[in-house]
Amino acid sequence: MIEARTLTARFGATTVVDAVSFSVAAGEAFGIVGESGSGKSTLLRVIAGLHEAWSGALLLEGAPQGRRRSHRGRVQMVFQDPYGSLHPRHTVDRALAEPLAIHHVGDAPGRIAAALHAVGLDAAHRFRYPYQLSGGQRQRVAIARALILEPALLLLDEPTAALDVSVQAEIIALLQRLRRERQLSYVLVSHNLAVVAQLCERVAVMREGRFIEELAVGDLRAGSAHDPYTLELLRASAGFRRAARRV
Amino acid sequence: MSRAAWAGQGWRAWLGSAAPNSRRQARLGEIYRFSRALMRHPLAAAGLAIVLLLVLIAALAPLLAPHAPSAQHLADRLRGPGAQHWLGTDELGRDILSRLLFGTRITLGIVALVTAIAAPIGLAIGCMAGYAGGWVDAALMRVTDVFLALPRLILALAFVAALGPGIENAVLAIALVAWPPYARIARAETLALRRSDFIAAALLAGASPGRIVLRHIMPLCLSSVIVRVSLDMAGVILIAAGLGFLGLGAQPPAPEWGAMIAAGRKYMLDQWWVAAMPGIAIAVVSLGFNLLGDGLRDVLDPKQR
Amino acid sequence: MTAPLLEVSDLVLRFGDTEAVRGVSFAMGRERLGIVGESGSGKSLTGRAILRLLPSGATLQATRLAFAGADLLAATEREMRALRGRRMALVLQDPRFSLNPLMSVGRQIAEAYRAHGRASMREARAQALAMLEAVRIREPQRVHDLYPHQISGGMGQRVMIAMMLAGDPDLLIADEPTSALDVTVRVQVLAVLDEQASRRDMGLILISHDLDLVASFCDRVLVMERGRIVESCAAAALDQAQHPYTRRLLASRPLLAAS
Repeated sequence: MIEARTLTARFGATTVVDAVSFSVAAGEAFGIVGESGSGKSTLLRVIAGLHEAWSGALLLEGAPQGRRRSHRGRVQMVFQDPYGSLHPRHTVDRALAEPLAIHHVGDAPGRIAAALHAVGLDAAHRFRYPYQLSGGQRQRVAIARALILEPALLLLDEPTAALDVSVQAEIIALLQRLRRERQLSYVLVSHNLAVVAQLCERVAVMREGRFIEELAVGDLRAGSAHDPYTLELLRASAGFRRAARRV
Repeated sequence: MSRAAWAGQGWRAWLGSAAPNSRRQARLGEIYRFSRALMRHPLAAAGLAIVLLLVLIAALAPLLAPHAPSAQHLADRLRGPGAQHWLGTDELGRDILSRLLFGTRITLGIVALVTAIAAPIGLAIGCMAGYAGGWVDAALMRVTDVFLALPRLILALAFVAALGPGIENAVLAIALVAWPPYARIARAETLALRRSDFIAAALLAGASPGRIVLRHIMPLCLSSVIVRVSLDMAGVILIAAGLGFLGLGAQPPAPEWGAMIAAGRKYMLDQWWVAAMPGIAIAVVSLGFNLLGDGLRDVLDPKQR
Repeated sequence: MTAPLLEVSDLVLRFGDTEAVRGVSFAMGRERLGIVGESGSGKSLTGRAILRLLPSGATLQATRLAFAGADLLAATEREMRALRGRRMALVLQDPRFSLNPLMSVGRQIAEAYRAHGRASMREARAQALAMLEAVRIREPQRVHDLYPHQISGGMGQRVMIAMMLAGDPDLLIADEPTSALDVTVRVQVLAVLDEQASRRDMGLILISHDLDLVASFCDRVLVMERGRIVESCAAAALDQAQHPYTRRLLASRPLLAAS
């Protein structure tokens, strides 16, 4: 599905993604874990074609990608902040209708209804404005918008980081179901090891622009990582430890 | 409770519904919520009332005016306010009230035309510059800077002098000097918006730059431009009056307020009403637009959404 | 036993007609109390209500709100100001918004000392350096002269804590103090909070959406839902919580370890 070879991305003079190579098979879910400034979001934007200052080779479905891309809807993205990823003055209906109009896809009402149904929303949500929706509902709309062109690859940038735990669990379950039903490939970027472990089969740990370790989720769960930084992340994710207290 | 009241309530519930059933209902609901928010803002409502009153007066001027605006009665020249001429008469014995009422047409016409020309130009230039960036942005913004560097009235004066005096040319000149601030505002908003996730999502959906600017960015810049336009209206009226005052705007015998003040200047000390009445009219209308603009700023503030 | 450090009973916060906090009661001593809940649960508002720092349009009502026996409901705004910072302090989520961008961090801490009115410039500076060291900042001399935009989020949060501890408060309210931080930094900041709370024998209220964090850091946990406390239990016993809402929250957590 994706193959990246020595992918390097810059912001001005600083290199934020440093010679990263990886591949994701069709139907696979690949997770990238890292802390702020690790370059994980930039990497995702390079794959999406939203960041143009990059070098190296990137193949999507076997086709080499250039710097400037015409977006055909095969790659879609779900963003972190459901409050910023929907146009504040567009109804749900309009957000979902636009990709269809751009690509001259017929039967818009039918497809919109189907997309809403697929993400667990109903007709009552169709003509609402984003401010009339909760954070979780907005994220569902964002997922519906990403799916409406029937992409092969979904890029997920911290899709649950801005949500409450119970809503996060619902969105994770939704993403799991959609992948099963539609044989989608995912690239998920997150700082939350647990979320990555739930959604992905394979995980790369990213730090200062590099992949420092790649491991199967089973190994991550078992804590059998090799790199000291990965181990530190695992420890930190376990929460604050009482043993450290002097009580 | 009467049936009409019930029907009114049902209507209101339909408009205010959080789960509209159609595009039309969603859009009307937005307008409904917007106008309710505006009505709850007392000063904005007052401003709107003044502006609406102005429109009404302009439409009904022939019915409201007690005299023809250009009818001269030299025997009655420079009469003070009284029963026959409520606001007095000018140096040619024309009824000032009638002239003021007819003058609203000119004032409103200028305001409407300037808005119709300047706001879209400013919006388009600002959004394009902000979204395209690079040399397009640099070139457009330098042009804007040149316009902003010169005082508006002077620049408008230069344009009218070049184009020749007259109300049409005055409108054109004012529009030509009015757009740069709108371009500035639209550009600043666009710069903030273009990095947002919903623009990225539109790009991924395959939207062209034109589509993004037109459908995604412009509607969001529009509210700040509208606010700025309504706040500027007072200035536009004053520039128009200034041009009229200098004899470069509306030509006699058109009852343009600025020209009326200019004519009254000679009699300022003894027959104050000739200059004061149009002056008060300009002040009230400017105030109306300013109040409306202030209210719109509060109501349209995206942070409240 | 003396009066508890903080008593809250039947606290109600209203915005117009809507009640954001509906009848919250609890008492605490010099312990670590966690308040956990999702957005809209009223947990942050409860924290602020204790300091009587309310957003505009909110009205507060309670049968009792007392700090170390002193009635906060009857206190004048002036008395509250004297109380805030010196005896009760608040640490917020994002240090970028709570630090003054135009003042070096050392000076901000020193100002906090001076505001509590017991130090000369030089003493305050020395205190600020000592505080920076206490919150485990490695090169306090260097960091002292940096401006907020020059330091990382984790360091900023430690500076905030140092500032808030300047008045040597008896109660520290930390509202999502680590939510904006990376996981590895999070643990360090918590360790600082923990150490300071133990050393100074402060009461600490940790407000968070993160159950695991609260359970591992605090002694006691209050679970809030829609403005009410639905469950109150020992942190160690959170796994055996009974209330369906708490159970649902527990079940919602994505788990890293294989179950």
